Amino acid sequence: MIPNAFDYIKAGSIEEAIQLMQESDGEGKFLAGGHSLVPLMKFRLTNPGKLIDISSIQELKGIRQEGNRLIVGALTTHKQLYSDALVKENIAVLADTARTIGDMQIRNRGTVGGNLAHADSAADLPGVALALEALMEVQGEDGKEVIDIDGFFLGPLVTALPETSVLTSISFLIPPSHTKSVYLKYAHPASGYAVVGVCAIAGVGEDGRIDFVRIGINGVADVAYRATTVEQALLGELPTAESIQRAAALAAEEGEIGNDLFASEQYRRNLATVYTERALSRILL
Amino acid sequence: MAKLIGTPQKRKEDPKLITGNGNFTDDIKLPGMLHGAFVRSPHAHAKIIRIDVSKALALPGVVAVYTGNDLVGKVKSVPTMWLLPGADLKPKDRSALAQGKTRYAGECVALVVAENRYIARDALDLVEVDYEDLPAVVHQEAALLDGAPLVHDDVAANLALLWKAGEVPEEEFQNAEVVVKQRLYNQRVIPNPIETRGAVAQYNPGSGELTIWCTSQNPHIHRMVYAGVLDIPESRLQIVAPDVGGGFGSKIATYNEEAVIGHAARDLKRPVKWIEDRKEHFMATTHARDEVIEVELAGKRDGTFTAIRVKNTANLGAYLSTFGAGCPTIDFGLMVTGAYTIPKASVVTYGVYTNTTPTDAYRGAGKPEAAFQIERIVDLFAQEIGMDPVEIRQKNLIPAEAFPYGTAMGVSYDSGNYHYTLDRALDIADYASLRAEQKRLREQGKLLGIGVSTYVELCGFGPSKVAGAIGFQGGVWENSTVRVHPTGKVAVFTGTSPHGQGTATTFAQVVAEKLGIPIDDIELISGDTRSVSMGWGTYGSRNTAVGGAAVAIATDRVIEKAKTIAAHELEVSVEDLEFSNGIFSVKGVPTQSRSFQEIAKSANFAWNLPDGVEPSLEGQSFFDPPNFVYPFGAHICVVEVNVQTGEVELKRYIAVDDVGRVINPLLAEGQVHGGVAQGIGQALWEGAVYSDNGQLLSGTFMDYTMPKARFFPTIESHFTETPSPVNPLGAKGVGETGTTGAPPAVVNAVMDALRPFGIKDLDMPLTPEKVWRAMQTRGENA
Repeated sequence: MIPNAFDYIKAGSIEEAIQLMQESDGEGKFLAGGHSLVPLMKFRLTNPGKLIDISSIQELKGIRQEGNRLIVGALTTHKQLYSDALVKENIAVLADTARTIGDMQIRNRGTVGGNLAHADSAADLPGVALALEALMEVQGEDGKEVIDIDGFFLGPLVTALPETSVLTSISFLIPPSHTKSVYLKYAHPASGYAVVGVCAIAGVGEDGRIDFVRIGINGVADVAYRATTVEQALLGELPTAESIQRAAALAAEEGEIGNDLFASEQYRRNLATVYTERALSRILL
Repeated sequence: MAKLIGTPQKRKEDPKLITGNGNFTDDIKLPGMLHGAFVRSPHAHAKIIRIDVSKALALPGVVAVYTGNDLVGKVKSVPTMWLLPGADLKPKDRSALAQGKTRYAGECVALVVAENRYIARDALDLVEVDYEDLPAVVHQEAALLDGAPLVHDDVAANLALLWKAGEVPEEEFQNAEVVVKQRLYNQRVIPNPIETRGAVAQYNPGSGELTIWCTSQNPHIHRMVYAGVLDIPESRLQIVAPDVGGGFGSKIATYNEEAVIGHAARDLKRPVKWIEDRKEHFMATTHARDEVIEVELAGKRDGTFTAIRVKNTANLGAYLSTFGAGCPTIDFGLMVTGAYTIPKASVVTYGVYTNTTPTDAYRGAGKPEAAFQIERIVDLFAQEIGMDPVEIRQKNLIPAEAFPYGTAMGVSYDSGNYHYTLDRALDIADYASLRAEQKRLREQGKLLGIGVSTYVELCGFGPSKVAGAIGFQGGVWENSTVRVHPTGKVAVFTGTSPHGQGTATTFAQVVAEKLGIPIDDIELISGDTRSVSMGWGTYGSRNTAVGGAAVAIATDRVIEKAKTIAAHELEVSVEDLEFSNGIFSVKGVPTQSRSFQEIAKSANFAWNLPDGVEPSLEGQSFFDPPNFVYPFGAHICVVEVNVQTGEVELKRYIAVDDVGRVINPLLAEGQVHGGVAQGIGQALWEGAVYSDNGQLLSGTFMDYTMPKARFFPTIESHFTETPSPVNPLGAKGVGETGTTGAPPAVVNAVMDALRPFGIKDLDMPLTPEKVWRAMQTRGENA
């Protein structure tokens, strides 16, 4: 449980971080909270030659509101996320989810940006980020760009983030005021990671029919996904136990469902359906 | 006399430990100390073709690399210490470092010693080992089949032992009104104390003395074994178990790593430390259980049991671990009739070598498996004849007046009041209401389950004569010296080796109450072969029943001698003295007295001792109990199974345990909590998983579910007290009650919940998916 030898350097600014990464000849890795990266290094599953510590770059910190979105600095810790008044007031589900991540040490050190850039489907934030239509604000050698969360997660631990770019902040949609939201997780009893995590946000219009629904599902599949077929099945429907059940049955349609020692593909599909149904029932019934 | 025995005293050990001032093996840092790391086989079964250590040796900071060949003639293989007689035992010992072949993934192939742990770890990747992969066999039943790969070329069919005990004529089953049969799998579990194993060794080239600090439950056994392995006289080998962070049986065994570290320190003449990391621990430290148990219980329609026969096919792993042969045979076999009057019983155990980590004792060691099979088959019998599981137990439990009770397996249960303990549990649980509630919920489609176990276990090893008869290579008596310093402060030496049990507190309670002195005047000294002349360690719930008994007797001897000195000073005869609350006084003349402390001074100064009385004040006892002790209890578990997901929710857990006389109810309850948590852990979550080619898939805490506090409801722990007649404290043993009583109580509860689906049995652990699948498939047939 001892990593390979590596160089460590602290970056003072985003520009410096990018430059250090360019100079590292593919050996570099950004270090923020270290709570995803360091365990992998200790198992020697990843062996970066250089850690570029971005944890003290001020521009990567802070939470602010811009219109109907909250902009969360990539270095925001999970603890800061669920303690923040703006977040609690505007996107309660984001705060609630952050509160379920790992344990106290992890919440104190782990960062939102690090969590999402690590792209582990079993982590809790990917599903919520999908449901909240997150925009990943990125800065690289060619300047700034925005990557839509729908195109961000490419595979297990693989993202569309260019290697020499820094994820600077994440913009989350503030859901319409008439909606309710919830994140429900079935935690692996050993690791605490999500075997299934369902973030559901939904609201009912004045006609009594569902007029807004977003569902992000993490854990079940190798890559977290937005359950658009479930959303479509619900949109325009009356919120009843039957309509929810019908829609939830489609929860596992869009992912490459994985399996491990704890849960087979078939069981994961069942959990996805059960937890989607529970989540939707919680906010719609 | 101040009442201390039976009172809830807080642990004397805790202030030190919770302020980070403990002294664990890894806390030991010596000048010039080197660090070791082991190259381990990635293959479950392979020939070693070539080992090239040159690149590792070339890494700056690497001091030495040892392979199996380097140890020939210097370090012997580590022997098994339970030579079971009459079982055609084929003991296979582990080479200190593998020679020619490796037989399980994780076996030590080489040791790298370097200036620090980081360099040692890096050097591991530079040791080049060429292996020729061989077919591996993982499961014990597969290993017995014709054509199975042989783990040891000269052990046919991989059969390490075949042990039989008891006899039941075939007619008992042919003619029985009811015979219930079940195949049960008591799965492999991986003991995980919070402190992994480790060793620090220091050699003094001048005196030839070698000291090994290591994570041991029984340093004197380690001394005896390593003295042989390293060919060094016991007087020059000191084994110290400093603070030890739990063991649960996994630190009983003697291992090759500790011996090799000792050799390296001797060879390099510099201290060497090795601390096992958690990933190593999963592979390198003994596993446990892994027994396929086929049980048949015969009886009458009215619920009376008449005979039982049991076949156990046990996975011993790649080598015979220290006490590996005893767990599935003696420990298991003698207890198969459980708490019931079953007149006839027989057991046969097949002990099998496989390409897996060796198995050995784990909290209960054979007794949990015995309790599991009898408690499960009793439930199945009740189900077969349509009787309530409580009623069938009440019908067959050994009655209180039958003790001492000789069982069909030839052991004598010391004392018990099984019906009373069960009744207490039923009262606390309000069993009748629970059944009514279950009925009501079933109508709503909810799956409430109620499980009962009435276990008994064999503890407090034990009479040494019996140890000899069963091939246990050691004595099992216990040693204590109670040494009174001139100030009246007392040092208590014990040959047991507590490692988290709170013994410094419980033994102090015994001594303080007897001597009438403050509990803080007593210090327990243990775990060091230089301080304590001999002893056999802490396991098998023997700590209090045997070690504590020796302490009590040694203390009585102190009082006896102190009395003669006090009588001399007070110029009366010993018969005219009484001793109470630490004061020796003349009967009827309380003003004529001496305090215990005054006599301590007199004894040590020796200015005025009676004729024939030697100076100093010390009592010693070598206590060899006349019998084992048999703790028992009734556990009731209430669960609800989620129909949609198969998750098992623990709603209530009631443990009424009878561990004889309770010395410290606070610590006893703590032991029950821990044991129950581990027992439920086995029932619901824990389980080693190997791939077919012998890779341990459940090799980290990411996959192997260690139960967490939040998984449990409040454990409702209560005690009844039926003193044991076999030791002066009347104590039995509390450490293993939970791991013995809980697995069947939980599994019985889940099976009870699943009754509407017609599901009779599922293998532990009852993971959500397993339960869900059973409901999916068998639900259709129900």
